[in-house]
Amino acid sequence: MRIVQELLFIIAFSVAVYLFSTKVRQIRRNILLGRDEDLNDHPDLRWKNVLLLAFGQKKMFRNPMVAVLHFFVYAGFIIINLEILEIILDGILGTHRVFVSVLGSLYPVLIGAFEVLAVLVILGCAIFLIRRNILKLRRFISKDLDGWPRSDANYILITEIVLMTLFLTMNTADQQMQLRGSAHYVTTGPFLITGSLAPLFSGLSDGTLVGLERGGWWLHILGVLAFLNYLPYSKHLHIILAFPNAYFASLEPMGEMENMPAVQREVQLMLQPELAASEPAPEGIPKFGAKDVSDLSWKNLLDAYSCTECGRCSAACPANLTGKTLSPRKIMMDTRDRLEEVGRNINANGTFTDDGKTLLRNYITEEELRACTTCNACVQECPVSISPLDIILQLRRHLVMEESSAPTEWTGMFSNIENNMAPWKFSMDDRDKWAEEMNQ
Amino acid sequence: MQIKTMATYAANGETPEILFWVGCAGSFDQRAQKITKAFATILDKTGVQFAILGKEESCTGDPARRAGNEFIFQMMAQNNIQLLNMYGVKKIVTACPHCFNILKNEYPALGGNYEVIHHTTFLQSLIDEGKIRMKEGGAFKGKKITYHDSCYLGRGNNIYEAPRKVLETLDAELVEMKRCRSKGLCCGAGGAQMFKEEEKGNTRINFERGREAVDTGASVIAANCPFCMTMLTDGVKETGKEDEVKVLDIAELIAMNME
Ligand code: SF4
Ligand code: SF4
Repeated sequence: MRIVQELLFIIAFSVAVYLFSTKVRQIRRNILLGRDEDLNDHPDLRWKNVLLLAFGQKKMFRNPMVAVLHFFVYAGFIIINLEILEIILDGILGTHRVFVSVLGSLYPVLIGAFEVLAVLVILGCAIFLIRRNILKLRRFISKDLDGWPRSDANYILITEIVLMTLFLTMNTADQQMQLRGSAHYVTTGPFLITGSLAPLFSGLSDGTLVGLERGGWWLHILGVLAFLNYLPYSKHLHIILAFPNAYFASLEPMGEMENMPAVQREVQLMLQPELAASEPAPEGIPKFGAKDVSDLSWKNLLDAYSCTECGRCSAACPANLTGKTLSPRKIMMDTRDRLEEVGRNINANGTFTDDGKTLLRNYITEEELRACTTCNACVQECPVSISPLDIILQLRRHLVMEESSAPTEWTGMFSNIENNMAPWKFSMDDRDKWAEEMNQ
Repeated sequence: MQIKTMATYAANGETPEILFWVGCAGSFDQRAQKITKAFATILDKTGVQFAILGKEESCTGDPARRAGNEFIFQMMAQNNIQLLNMYGVKKIVTACPHCFNILKNEYPALGGNYEVIHHTTFLQSLIDEGKIRMKEGGAFKGKKITYHDSCYLGRGNNIYEAPRKVLETLDAELVEMKRCRSKGLCCGAGGAQMFKEEEKGNTRINFERGREAVDTGASVIAANCPFCMTMLTDGVKETGKEDEVKVLDIAELIAMNME
């Protein structure tokens, strides 16, 4: 019997890990479809960002109440992984609570602490469910989330509650069995929470208790393995990607816009043609700006997979606030959806085969792109160091430079700058009129 | 007062302490010209030796770049950099956060390296050095002033305190809007929006911000950007409070109250 259990566990575990790693490889491949960008300078500053933004959740604390609840859920998630390590070892080795012999009297203290976290996770998730579904905060009722994204968020919260409840049930049954002196159930001493819950189960038979304990154990670990495989399809992937995303976050001032060396060079040659001879010609025709996901940089694509769809960006976006179609959260969700679509295309065909679609237009409209004031509120608010603005600006570059598509007022502004050196149609000679007036 | 150009200085074989980068709005927009004049007056009164580029100045290329037209931006930027480098410019002060941001952060990649200072920071250093002294019981003593953080100074470049410190010298009561500092709300002009109609929505961004500013009960809205100036002025007009609530640049506020 024991050997069957061990075998079943090993099979379930291997299948889960295999499926997960396959999907992870696909995501990695998808991200690397993006343009190259070197983000490895200043490792010291980058590690600092990982500590502050990812571990420390610095941006979350812009809203302290939510930050504390989120911190419980997050800490619970990270720390309970230690517990899961024990479960996995027990599952493979056919042991029961293998860490007791290693940790001794520390063991119940540790499990007790996990139990407190489990309760806090349940509490946090419950409040989050209420906020999402009953209080209906503006950023959660937005139509960006219609359909799958809204259920996704709820599934995650409900799953966490279920997993934690299973964990607590399993421990309570275990504690009761320990009280009865069952040989298989190693004596650990009371756990902080389930130690006091154990009497609730005193009326149950040994068989029922073992059933509850084993059932809790199996469902808990199978749930965790299923959740692991659900992660890559969900906004919940941020629990992993928030870390690399913080490391690769931009270190430049937010106001700075990325330079385009290809255009710089072309204009340089135009202004100083004498340089042309000494310069090697660039290979191929350069693309200006981004039309599809593969034109964006890999960091933009990593951003897309890291987005938690929390909508803090859109809640702060002046365009979104005043009813324009632009929603920076939607920009990120669109980028991810399109990238997943391209990924599926590659899975099916070996390489990307033109599907007649692009991120621009099939997902993101010109109207959305036009409405951005480049105010950086979205970048400022994002707890996961994402820049929706960067994507918006690259798509705008494509519109203007590759398609000459700009509102007529902008076309006028461009030609004014070109001809009058100012965005308005004024004579260059009048530029210092104010000074002449002062000089009189 | 005699405002000299870089060319004049160069002709005499001299270089001034700073270059005052006026910017297109500050040069051509009638309202913004007043900010330019106020700042020039302060520079003159405090004895800062400065020059302008005058007719040689061109648009920095900011609105073109943000709209997506990198070609026009590069043309403007490379010309400007050639000019600035030719004059050996080291230190630039500007009253426009867009010019400030682009000169400071984006010109270096093209070979233009200068110390660039926004006028609010420069005013603060003049105050700290004791060069600007305020009148006793100035025009704003005891009045309520609210300050609008421009995106390109605040979030864009993390400058939140210097403008507030300058305003403190007015002896006025500084009240904050609900959305301020890093949570500040855009005026609606950035990203080349100044040069086109807004997209369809429920309201305009500047109406939203104007209302928020008026709601503080302040009689003065202090701005640090000529574009915010235009947007906020329209926003205040929309609330019908243009007679009670004035939008003024920090430089204007200081110029009015200097000894
Ligand atoms: S930068 Fe653009 S998208 Fe981001 S908050 Fe501002 S207006 Fe919205
Ligand atoms: S981009 Fe950032 S702030 Fe916006 S929804 Fe995604 S995670 Fe939230």
